[in-house]
Amino acid sequence: MVAATRTAELHQGHEETSTHDNYLTHAHGWRSWIFSLDHKRIGIMYLCAILISLLLGGVFALVIRLHLWTPEGALVSNHTYNNLFTLHGAVMIFLFIIPGIPAALGNFVLPMQLGAKDLAFPRLNLLSFYLYCIGAVLFLGVLLASGIDTGWTLYPPYSLEGSRGLGVLLALTGTFIVGFSSILTGLNFMATVHSMRPKAMGWFDMPLFLWALFATGIIQVVATPVLGITVALGFLERLFHLGIFMPEYGGDPVLFQHFFWFYSHPAVYVMILPAMGIVSEVVSVFSRKPIFGYRFIAMSSIAIAVVGFLVWGHHMFTSGQSKWTNIIFSFLTFFVAVPSAIKVFNWLATMYKGDIRLKTPMVYVLGFFGLFGVGGLTGIFLGSLATDVALHDTYFVVAHFHFVMVGSVLTAFLAGLHYWWPKITGKMYDERWARVAAILVMVGFFITFLPQFLSGLQGMPRRYATYLPEFKPLHQLSTIGAIVLASGMFLDAWVLWVSLRRGKAAPANPWGAASLEWATPSPPTHHNFDETPPITGPYNYDVLEEVSEEAGWVRNDGWNP
Amino acid sequence: MSSHAKPSGDRRFLQVHFETMGAQLAASKSGMWLFLASELLFFGGLFTAYAVYRANHPDMYHYGQYFLDWRMGAINTAVLISSSLSAAWSVRAAQLGDTKTLKATLWLTLLLAGAFLVVKYFEYAHKIEAGYIWGGEHCVDNLKVAGKLTEHQIEHCLSALPPEVAHLPIPEHMGRFFSIYFVMTGLHGLHVLIGMALYVWLLRRAGRGDFGPKYFGPVDMVALYWHIVDMIWIFLFPLLYLIG
Ligand code: HEM
Ligand SMILES: [Cu+2]
Repeated sequence: MVAATRTAELHQGHEETSTHDNYLTHAHGWRSWIFSLDHKRIGIMYLCAILISLLLGGVFALVIRLHLWTPEGALVSNHTYNNLFTLHGAVMIFLFIIPGIPAALGNFVLPMQLGAKDLAFPRLNLLSFYLYCIGAVLFLGVLLASGIDTGWTLYPPYSLEGSRGLGVLLALTGTFIVGFSSILTGLNFMATVHSMRPKAMGWFDMPLFLWALFATGIIQVVATPVLGITVALGFLERLFHLGIFMPEYGGDPVLFQHFFWFYSHPAVYVMILPAMGIVSEVVSVFSRKPIFGYRFIAMSSIAIAVVGFLVWGHHMFTSGQSKWTNIIFSFLTFFVAVPSAIKVFNWLATMYKGDIRLKTPMVYVLGFFGLFGVGGLTGIFLGSLATDVALHDTYFVVAHFHFVMVGSVLTAFLAGLHYWWPKITGKMYDERWARVAAILVMVGFFITFLPQFLSGLQGMPRRYATYLPEFKPLHQLSTIGAIVLASGMFLDAWVLWVSLRRGKAAPANPWGAASLEWATPSPPTHHNFDETPPITGPYNYDVLEEVSEEAGWVRNDGWNP
Repeated sequence: MSSHAKPSGDRRFLQVHFETMGAQLAASKSGMWLFLASELLFFGGLFTAYAVYRANHPDMYHYGQYFLDWRMGAINTAVLISSSLSAAWSVRAAQLGDTKTLKATLWLTLLLAGAFLVVKYFEYAHKIEAGYIWGGEHCVDNLKVAGKLTEHQIEHCLSALPPEVAHLPIPEHMGRFFSIYFVMTGLHGLHVLIGMALYVWLLRRAGRGDFGPKYFGPVDMVALYWHIVDMIWIFLFPLLYLIG
C-alpha cells in the first residue's frame, strides 16, 4: 500500500489523475465493499441505499398523485391509498431525507474537509450502515405484512389498536433501528470534528459544512434517543398493554405526541442543517467570494440546533394542550425562524457583487433560496396560533413541509451531489443537460406544490383519498407538476449514469474550491491524502487559479496534490 | 488497512487514521461521552413519563410503592455503588500496569453486576408470581373485571397485597405504576447485562496482557459506561422504592 501511493505520487508528475491508485481501485470484489471501513466506500454504499429509498418513496408519491387526478380517486382503494401515503412519508423521512445528506455525502466529505484519513470510529460507521439496512428491510417488511395506514406520525390510539396487525410493529422496530443508525452517525461526526481537526485548523477555520454537520450531530445524539424510547414504549404498549399511551388502559395519547414531536421537530433540522451547509459551500465557491458573515452562519447552525428543541408544541396547537403552552410554543417558533433568516441574508450578501458561475450546483442553490423562502415563510403562518387552527391538517401544511423538505433539502442534496460528484467518481457530467434537469425539477416542484397552498387555504384536508369536485383543477395541476418533477429527476439520473460510463476525467479541483477535499486527486487515494495539504482557509480563493476547463484549478503557491 | 504491518510495543493498538495514542484516546473519550449523553436522553423519556404520571396520579404512586421492597432496592444500591468503586479501581490499575489488581477488580465488578441481577431476579419473580405485572394485565386492576381472573388468582392476588394498602382505595389503572416500574428497571437491567458482557471482554483482553500505562482506553470507556448505569439506578431507587 505504501509502495502503491509512492508510485501514485510519481505518476502524478506526468499523467493526469486517471492512473493513480484510488479508493475505488484499491481493493476489489464485493467483500471489499460490504466489509470496508473506508468512510468513502461506506458513503457510497449509503448513497446507493438512499437513492433506492428515494426511488421507492418517489414511486409511492407518483401513485398518490395519479390517484388524485379525479375527485373520487382514479387508481387504488381507499385502504391502499392510506398505506401509500404512510409508506411514502415514512420511507422519505426515515430512509431518505434524514440520513441523506449526512450519511451519504457527509460521510464522504467530512474527514477530507478535516484533512483526516477517516472518521474517528470507522467500525461504528460501518455498523451504522448495517443498522440502516436492517431498518430499511423492516420497512420493506411492512409492505409485505399487513401494511400500515396510520400516517408516518403513528399517533395512538389508532396506531396501537389490537386490530392493526404486524405492519405497525415492524414499522416501530424499523424506526428504532434506523434511529440508532442516525445516533451513531451523529456521534461519530461530532467526535471526529472535535478530536481530529488538525492543529492548524481552529473551530472557525472549518468549512461551514462541518459546522452544519456538527450541529446536526447535536440533534441526532440528543433528540433521536427520545424517538427510540417512544417507539419502544409504543411497541411494548401494543404487545403488553402498558397503559402509557393507550386511553383504553389509562394511558395518555397526547403524551405520545409530545414525545414524538420532541424528536420530530428537531429532526426537521437534521434534514435542513446539512442542506444549509451545502448551500454555504456552493454559494461561496460559485460566487468566487469568501462566504459573508462566516461566524454568523456557523453560530446560527448551533442556535437552530438548540432553539429547535423548544418548539415541538407547534405541531400540537389543536391537541388540547393549554392556552399558555400554545402561546409559549408559538412565540418560540417565531424565534427559531431568526437564525434561518440570518443564514439567508448572509448567502445573498455573499453573492452580492460576486463573479457568479451558473454551474449545476449553483443553479440548484439559487432554486433553494426561492423554495426555502416560501417554505420558511409559510412556517410562520403555521406558527401563528390563529391561522394554524384553521390550517392544521390541511394541504397548506403539506405544501409547507414539502417546500422545506423537497424544495429545500432535496435541491440542496442534488446541489451537493453534483458539487462532489467529480470528487466521488472522478468523472465530469454533462453540464448542459444537468442544468436542464435541475430546472425541470424546480419548475415541476413549483407546479406541484404551489396549488396545494391554495387548496389548503380553501379547506382541503390532508391524507384524504377522495375530495370535493371544486378542488379538481388544483389537484390536477399538482399531478402534472409531479410528472414534470419526476421527469427532471429521471433526466438527471440519466445524466449521472452517462457521466459514470463515459464522463471526462475530473481534475482534482474542478470548481476552484478552497476546502481540503479538493486538495487530493479525484477520486481520492485510499488514505485521502499522501501528505497533509497546507491549511489556508476554506474560503480563501486568492491561493487558487484556473488553468483550463480540463485541468481545473491549481494552487499558485506551488503546493498541489 | 490490514496491509499495514502492525508497529510493535505500545503502538500496536494504534489505528491507522490516528497519529498518536493520545489522539486516539481523546477521540474515544469524546465519542463515549456523547454516547452517554444519548443514553441519558433515552432514559430521559422514561423519567418524563414517570413524572407526568406521578403529577397526574399521585395516589397511584403512593399505593404502588408499598409493593416494592425497599430493602432489596437498598441492597442493590450498595452492590452497584461498590461495583462502581471497583470499576474505577480497575482503570487506575490498568494505568499503573498492575495486571493482578486489574484482573481482580474486573472480576469483582463482574460479580457485583451479577449479584445485582440475581437480586433483581428475585424481585421480578415474586411480583410476576403474585400477578403484579404491567398495565392492563395487573391483577389488582382485574379484580373488578368479571371473568378475567380465576377464583384462585383472585385469592392469590389479595393474599399477597402488602398490609399497608389493605385500607387504601385501589387507584384506577394501578397497573401503570408497574408498567413504569418494569420498563425502567427492565431497561436498566438490560444495560447491566450489556455491562457484564463488556467486562467479560475486558477480562479476556486483560488476560492477554493488552492493557498497560500506554493503552488503557477500553477499561476507561467501559468504566465510564458502568458509572452511568450505576447513576441511573441511583435515581431509580428513590423514585420508585422510597418516595410514595
Ligand atoms: C423556518 C421555520 C419553520 C417554521 C416556523 C415551521 C413551522 C411549522 C409549523 C407550525 C408546523 C405545524 C403545522 C400544523 O401541523 O398545523 C409545521 C409542520 C411541519 N414542518 Fe415546519 N416550520 C419551519 C421549517 C421547517 C423545515 C426546515 C422543515 C423540514 C426540513 C419543516 C418540516 C415540517 C414538517 C415535516 C411538518 C409537518 C409534519 C406533519 O404533521 O406530518 N419545517 N412547521
Ligand atoms: Cu416543527
